[in-house]
Amino acid sequence: MKFGVVVFPGSNCEMDCYHVIDKVLREEVDYVWHQETDVSRYDCLVLPGGFSYGDYLRCGAIARFSPVMEAVADYAREGGLVIGICNGFQILLEAGLLPGAMLRNTCLHFICRFVDLRVENASTPWTNAAAVGQVLRIPIAHNEGNYTADAETLRELREQGRIILRYCAPDGTVSEEANPNGAMDNIAGICNEGFNVFGLMPHPERASEALLGSTDGMVIWESIMAHYRGKG
Amino acid sequence: MAELYEELGLTADEYRDIVRILGREPNKVELGMYSLMWSEHCSYKSSKTVLAQLPTRASYVLQGPGENAGVIDIGGSLAVAFKMESHNHPSAVEPYQGAATGIGGIVRDIFTMGARPIACLDPLRFGDPASPRTRYLFGGVIAGIAGYGNCLGIPTVGGDIYFDPCYDENILVNVMCIGVMPKESLIRGQATGIGNAVVLLGNRTGRDGIGGASILASQEFDEKSQEKRPSVQVGDPFTEKLLIEACLELLERKLLVGLQDLGAAGISCACSETAARGGVGMRVYLEKVPLREEMEPFEIMISESQERMLAIVEPKHLDEVLGVCRRWGLNAVVIGEVVEGDALEIYWHGEKVVDVPASSLASGPVYDRPAERPEYLDEARAFDPSSLRHPEDCGETLLRLAGGANLSSRRMVWEQYDHMVQLNTVVYPGSDAAVLRIKGTSKALAVSCDGNSRYVYLDPYAGTQIAVAESARNVVASGGVPMAFTNCLNFGNPEKPGIFWQFREAVRGMADAARYLELPVVSGNVSFYNESFGAAIYPTPIVGMVGLIGNVANRTGIAFPDEGLLVVMLGETLDELGGSEYLWLLHGLTAGEPPRLDLRLEKGAQTVCIEGIRRGIIISAHDCSEGGAAIALLECCCAGGIGARLEVETELRPVSWLFSESQSRFVLTLRDEDLDAMRELAGSRGVPLRVLGRTGGDRLVINDWIDLEVREMNRVREEALEKLMRG
Repeated sequence: MKFGVVVFPGSNCEMDCYHVIDKVLREEVDYVWHQETDVSRYDCLVLPGGFSYGDYLRCGAIARFSPVMEAVADYAREGGLVIGICNGFQILLEAGLLPGAMLRNTCLHFICRFVDLRVENASTPWTNAAAVGQVLRIPIAHNEGNYTADAETLRELREQGRIILRYCAPDGTVSEEANPNGAMDNIAGICNEGFNVFGLMPHPERASEALLGSTDGMVIWESIMAHYRGKG
Repeated sequence: MAELYEELGLTADEYRDIVRILGREPNKVELGMYSLMWSEHCSYKSSKTVLAQLPTRASYVLQGPGENAGVIDIGGSLAVAFKMESHNHPSAVEPYQGAATGIGGIVRDIFTMGARPIACLDPLRFGDPASPRTRYLFGGVIAGIAGYGNCLGIPTVGGDIYFDPCYDENILVNVMCIGVMPKESLIRGQATGIGNAVVLLGNRTGRDGIGGASILASQEFDEKSQEKRPSVQVGDPFTEKLLIEACLELLERKLLVGLQDLGAAGISCACSETAARGGVGMRVYLEKVPLREEMEPFEIMISESQERMLAIVEPKHLDEVLGVCRRWGLNAVVIGEVVEGDALEIYWHGEKVVDVPASSLASGPVYDRPAERPEYLDEARAFDPSSLRHPEDCGETLLRLAGGANLSSRRMVWEQYDHMVQLNTVVYPGSDAAVLRIKGTSKALAVSCDGNSRYVYLDPYAGTQIAVAESARNVVASGGVPMAFTNCLNFGNPEKPGIFWQFREAVRGMADAARYLELPVVSGNVSFYNESFGAAIYPTPIVGMVGLIGNVANRTGIAFPDEGLLVVMLGETLDELGGSEYLWLLHGLTAGEPPRLDLRLEKGAQTVCIEGIRRGIIISAHDCSEGGAAIALLECCCAGGIGARLEVETELRPVSWLFSESQSRFVLTLRDEDLDAMRELAGSRGVPLRVLGRTGGDRLVINDWIDLEVREMNRVREEALEKLMRG
């Protein structure tokens, strides 16, 4: 399986994603420069975290105009797997590949810590290795992760099972106290209608080695590989 | 010129020296350059002779002081570059930008050496926690560190925070950065090769930070300080991130002869230092410098606009260098060339505006300042804590300490920093030292910053020795072998004999401790003039220690990891409440004799701890420091969520055993079967070892002195800082 990790100016988790794919998953991986226009050779594209263009306008608002984003949109339209992590999720929202928008965290500052996430839909390319209700311990690190959407969008997301991960307590209870950033409905990760585009605020690459405190992020990587092999 | 030189902070003698060097009166541009390069901040004119006594060598030191950062060899063809710096005055004037650009500067120092920055640590000192001004500065500084550091993708993994009224008007914002590189990538800030191009990379030059080094860093504060706001630089972390990536790519492709960051004194400093180090001259065409606004040559030479680098490039590589920068979206312009001789010649549209010997700018004057033991010492140290009425309830006292500004949990701060990016952080902030693995090896680095200024105030010599010892002890408790350290020496006005005495004694203490513990000082920074309205801060030398863990599996944490383990104390607890947090928080006093440091015992205790961890006997380890044994034990319980039941046999009064800050102590946990081996190990080095009791349960019980629920202790220490800073 061949991954492409897209690099925007200001991305800062691209090396982390590359490291996990290369050294932990032992799969093929390339960096994809933001000016590239052909991404057809990859089996999955990763939009990594960071501060593309410094997040000086709105998070992801400038990166969506990178030449590569047109190629990413075409790739997604044809059913290609695209995962956006943190800033990558914000870019997918700005590009309209996922619905909704991000507000600042309700605490008005950056938060970096492990959170618990409840898997809400385990029949996706991103979560097929998990069970519904399973709790994953994965870190977040962001300033703008307060997901918001209009009522109609939210209803669609719910009804179509496109809310994939929600912030929860360690026992899986989804509650106000377990919501770190004020996100609507405790949303931590969502999919597009075709389930081939996935955006999430938590960083699975930071929870992929026991040495770093959790391997729960592997559930997401393993799901991607299982999906690919099944398709295979 | 006479009025101008004074306004620029030069003395009459210094002005005479400049005239002698040049054989004529300097012009305005030249005078501006000398005023900055000869400022205390750039020239170390008051500290140079004193600093010379610090040991700087060891077989593994690849680069000692004098370069952008120190570099040590950690084996396996890898090297580690690190340095600490201050951004105190800018942060007091504009906390967000001051703290942000402080990170920018130290990070550039690290990648300038060819290393990828892998972590930052921020030692911070604030004033009275109850003051609204402290809360404002605290919020701004933390947000500035987070805003800049998080954007760069360099984890902020540690540091420390103290509050004391001595910092009310003059906070301290120090920052340490660490980088890792292949040994062969080490590059120096030197210009060599006649005919090579001088290339300016990064941001355009503007009026921000004009004269920052001389105006802000080398003068005391007074009512006019707010007017100095235009001297604070404004940070652009996005451009800094691009600079890191572009410079590391240029170095990896071996396209550069030399690399230097532009910090204090901007182009003046970068050009004169690189030329002086390389023993060459330099010709610069100032009209080629990309500008943000219309500026005079004088302003361009001394602007401290951030995120700029100077590269020395062979002509054959020039196109490739410019191409790499273009790809990263960075400005890169040839502004001059390396020439024979020693002259730094600056042209402005064909007219020569500067012609001075580069080395005369870079070397500057040297002063041997008068020093005199300050009078406050006798009175402050004569205080005898045994004359105090101590509180009856030790448990309540412990909770007050744990919920106080200085000893409470710093989680609300470090959770605002991205402390995980780069996937190296194995032990998070909140432990004794942060531990960072080195990918592709089994090794890890343990890093800690320390400096208790109360001890230094009461005894500059011993207090600074303690800073070195404690920093090393923190590294040891995490499973590391201390290798070398950097420092940031924050003091008042060195022109005052009492302050200079503090400085001289502190450096003497640092040198003696470093020599005894065999720890070279590889880089550092001096920040003088930390005074406002004539009152100096406590002398605050801060040590940044780097240690090596040979096998990351051998790292240790502070948490009681399991029930039923033996809890032992390595080292001796003495009646030493002088200068303690207990004395400050409960009695409002900074007085008495600070704890004694016996370097022989210190070295013994550290050796025993390292050996015990290496042999797998020691399961957890925690340094005893501020707040004494009681706070150390509370932290061990809270970190693991496991209590302990302890019986202490001692002649000391309960408060003395619990809260004395005696040095050279560790709280350890062991298995029963390893106790004999541990006793033997400690005995072989003459270090006392006492069994205190056993881990287990959900309470911390110490004799009939303390009986507290772990959850309650944890709640108190976790909630405190946020409550205090909310006001």
